[in-house]
Amino acid sequence: MSTATLTTQDTAPVTARRTDVRPAPAPTPFRRVVNVELRKMFDTRSGFWLMASIVIASVIATGLTIILGDREDLTFDSFAASVGSPMSIVLPIIGVLAVTSEWSQRTALTTFTLVPSRRRVLGAKLLNALAIGAVSMVVALGVGALGNLVTAAINGTDPVWDIASSTFAQIVLANELGMLLGFALGLLFRNSPAAIVGYFVINLVLPGLSGALGAAQAWWADNAGWFDLNQTRFLLFDSTLSGQEWVQLGLTSALWIALPLAIGLRLVLRSEVK
Amino acid sequence: MNSSTVDVRTAPDPVTATPGERARSVPAPTPFRRVLNVELRKMFDTRSGYWLMVSIVGLSILATAAVIVFAPDDEITYESFATAIGFPMSIILPMIAILAVTSEWSQRSGLTTFTLVPSRGRVIGAKATATFLVGLVSMVVAFAVGALGNLVGSALLGADTVWNISFETVPQIVLGNLVGMAIGFTLGVVLRNSPAAIVGYFVVSLVLPGILLLLAQVRDWFEDLQPWIDWNYTQVNLFDGATDTAREWAMLGTTSAIWIVFPLIVGVWFLRRSEVK
Amino acid sequence: MITVESLTKTYGSFTAVDDVSFTAQPGRVTGFLGPNGAGKSTTMRVMVGLTAPGAGEVRVLGRRFKDLPDPGREVGVLLDASAQHAGRTGREILTIAALTMGLPRTRVDEMLERVSLTPDEASRRVRNYSLGMRQRLGIGTALLGNPQVLILDEPANGLDPAGIRWMRDLLRGFADDGGTVLLSSHLLHEIEVIADDIVVIGNGRIVAQGTKDELLAGAGTLVRSTDGVALATALTAAGITARPTSGGAVLAEAELARVGQAAFAAGIPVTELRAAEGAGLEEMFLSLTAESQRDVTSHTDPEGAAA
Ligand SMILES: Nc1ncnc2c1ncn2[C@@H]1O[C@H](COP(=O)(O)OP(=O)(O)O)[C@@H](O)[C@H]1O
Ligand SMILES: [Mg+2]
Repeated sequence: MSTATLTTQDTAPVTARRTDVRPAPAPTPFRRVVNVELRKMFDTRSGFWLMASIVIASVIATGLTIILGDREDLTFDSFAASVGSPMSIVLPIIGVLAVTSEWSQRTALTTFTLVPSRRRVLGAKLLNALAIGAVSMVVALGVGALGNLVTAAINGTDPVWDIASSTFAQIVLANELGMLLGFALGLLFRNSPAAIVGYFVINLVLPGLSGALGAAQAWWADNAGWFDLNQTRFLLFDSTLSGQEWVQLGLTSALWIALPLAIGLRLVLRSEVK
Repeated sequence: MNSSTVDVRTAPDPVTATPGERARSVPAPTPFRRVLNVELRKMFDTRSGYWLMVSIVGLSILATAAVIVFAPDDEITYESFATAIGFPMSIILPMIAILAVTSEWSQRSGLTTFTLVPSRGRVIGAKATATFLVGLVSMVVAFAVGALGNLVGSALLGADTVWNISFETVPQIVLGNLVGMAIGFTLGVVLRNSPAAIVGYFVVSLVLPGILLLLAQVRDWFEDLQPWIDWNYTQVNLFDGATDTAREWAMLGTTSAIWIVFPLIVGVWFLRRSEVK
Repeated sequence: MITVESLTKTYGSFTAVDDVSFTAQPGRVTGFLGPNGAGKSTTMRVMVGLTAPGAGEVRVLGRRFKDLPDPGREVGVLLDASAQHAGRTGREILTIAALTMGLPRTRVDEMLERVSLTPDEASRRVRNYSLGMRQRLGIGTALLGNPQVLILDEPANGLDPAGIRWMRDLLRGFADDGGTVLLSSHLLHEIEVIADDIVVIGNGRIVAQGTKDELLAGAGTLVRSTDGVALATALTAAGITARPTSGGAVLAEAELARVGQAAFAAGIPVTELRAAEGAGLEEMFLSLTAESQRDVTSHTDPEGAAA
């Protein structure tokens, strides 16, 4: 092949230079960026298994609930709760890795040369993360619903569907918030281990600390809702929030999610990619 | 040589004309101490490693300060300080253990490490020993910072300093933390991937106990079994200094066998056969 | 001295290294030449025990690599200069290697100077190194223990022209001193300049090996036309042993004039006609690299390449 090229150049006189005037290509549409970023979340072995783990974890959680729970008392609410707990781990990890893998695997060099607007790339990633979060929740609750049907069949009773659509929406929201938190930490640290540790500390360790603090200080117990994201976020899973609680949720989300997201975004937009 | 191969070396080997292998004595085998020394150094010599170590001291001080500021007066005791410091320790120490192993793969430094010391078992042994030493020293630091906090806290209150952790409890608390580190180390060896091992650690240390507890509540047969299976259960007993009877030590033994010894053996077996690239 | 015996490595159904045997002699630089994906790195990884062989054996200094008591003191290895913890400084990487081999710290400074990394550069983190700087650091790590054998995978990659010259001189000196050097490259020219012995690998198999002089000595003629096969047929009809290679080229075992005449007589226009001089190796290598010709063995019958 290369020799053939050489020969042609040797024998044939150099033909007219390829004209330099070419129409500028159309700008990369955002849809295309979104599409590519979505694909990148599935096309590695780890990405694939992370996505598969959504289904696997839901099935395991549902199965455990049927096998181990008190079958008479099982309702859709029980299943929603049990499929929800693995989701609160898997989804934020997906959020973290969607960002950090560009740095840890150094794919950012290609990504940001093909689409120099980092804001658009990150926007596409965020959109995908949220979409995957919503779809995953539907899948997980679907598996839970299946479990509910199976249980009813075993018991020979009618299945109990005791989750209002508003509660359903709240559960999805709670998980999306967790995913956003993971995403924000990913931007902030751009390092998978650090961001993952950060997420678990905020999500699993801080509630314990806050509880300890609340036990020791009445003031904290009364007012933690204004600082502690988890207090109101956890309420989303199983209760109706009062107007004040919604305000608290908004404030704490701004503090724990929007702020790191903004700082992380700034850092990423300015950082050297190498 | 197979038929498709071209071997044009017809003339007698030209090598015989050139000076042969330089006659040198075979070097002494690399002693384990040297490998250990290097592995210990590698835990500190990167920025992330350095900050991980610094954070042990930093968070101990922070936790101590938090107790002084927030704890009610009657709880300014050594136990409060130890508990508060134990919190960050129980997270950082396992992370240190995980990264000591996984960074050889995620950063690909294993290519050099395992060519300089081809026996991977020795390298892992050295890493385990180094992790163990770092754990011990960290615990000494933590206890010292806590003691200092206790002195300062009680002085600020003008009350008597309460030393309510017995000397028999201290080794148990240290052991409890080493168990956590061993779990992290095991996950690192088995998964050889930092994010996976970190997620794994949080799942088995913070999520699994909840599930097992729930299980024990709804199924009677599991209630008796749980202490023999749930490593967190036995670890909490160590933290409380409550592992006293032979039965309790046996429980610690079985949970460690299930969660540490057995997976570690399997993990090392795979690790020694895996391709490093 | 490195001895590779019937080495085979398969990944699933794919054979990356297929029955490879060769030796690298002390006092000589052995070039391990092959196109991308030929199996050079895999062979070298097996040599140093990072990859388990499927079949066959490698001995370095008469022992299996894992049986070397302190490998860094006897064998210097550079497989991938980028495979380092990005958060360590260059000096630190040499320091931990020196500590592993039980060498004095002064050796680190000596080596930094030897590979031309300034103290300032040495104190930077490897994350911020250029490819060439990483390569120098890697060569430094390999040389640190004053070994008898060097195994270097594409060490010239990323080096500037001065760096390449420096490395050549260094390897030459090392071999002249009685050391064994095995270095791989995908560039024929690189190997031609530096190596005494050449082992050519393609698709996991050895397709040629010998001293450079033998492999490059061209007896015969290279002739090229637009249709190599037709030309070869015509030459064969004229009683000349001829073999088409790639790009319309034909290797013929006869002197220039006779080949030219035969082509003229057959009425085939010739675009190139010259003494082969190593063209055998070059053509073989080109055909190995040509994507369209993955089945390399058919072009490399023994007499042909020896021509
Ligand atoms: N773990 C693996 N699984 C599958 N194929 C592999 C693996 N490692 C290497 N290969 C393949 O083996 C071939 C040889 O690779 P390599 O030795 O790196 O070639 P090179 O000569 O360029 O150094 C390549 O086709 C590569 O894709
Ligand atoms: Mg290679």
